[in-house]
Amino acid sequence: MLLGRVTGTVVSTQVYEGLRGVPMLWVQPLTKRGEEKGEPIVCADATKMAGSGELVYYEGGREAALALDPWFVPVDHTIVGLVDSLKAPEWKGEKP
Amino acid sequence: MIIGKVIGAITSTINHPFYDGRKLLMVEKISEKGEPQEGYLVAIDVAGSGAGETVLVLDEGNGARQVFGSKDGPVRSVIVGVVDAIEEGTESP
Repeated sequence: MLLGRVTGTVVSTQVYEGLRGVPMLWVQPLTKRGEEKGEPIVCADATKMAGSGELVYYEGGREAALALDPWFVPVDHTIVGLVDSLKAPEWKGEKP
Repeated sequence: MIIGKVIGAITSTINHPFYDGRKLLMVEKISEKGEPQEGYLVAIDVAGSGAGETVLVLDEGNGARQVFGSKDGPVRSVIVGVVDAIEEGTESP
């Protein structure tokens, strides 16, 4: 898993059947120091509770689909949890 | 598997049910000489490791699910061991 910051939401009404009702969010991947790294990605949200500005951890690949219900769905990144607190001395980014 | 160093701890209450009560740590990847690399992982710890320790991280889904006896857990990265020493250039018999 990696850490990311939610930067926005994506709304889509015509989706593959298993993805109906699954929130889609813009996520900016972060480095181990909390700096932005690379292009933002769209993540499904397994918690259904993440919002803009929140620090989250997300899983990629096959495990991304396993986090959802139904799980046999076409996604490649899924938020599996929201970070409450982070204890990392090297962290330079904004805290949760 | 990957060798890394624990650089942080994460607490989380709102998460996928699979992650309830799991210990999450940030692990930076290190080279064979112990130099920190840019890459990192957030992994579940089952080895009882702590800040600053060198650890062995499994980064593969099926093996990770096996650790938890789960068929469909959304997990890939697990800290499975604490490293005591790394020897380089050991000759094989």
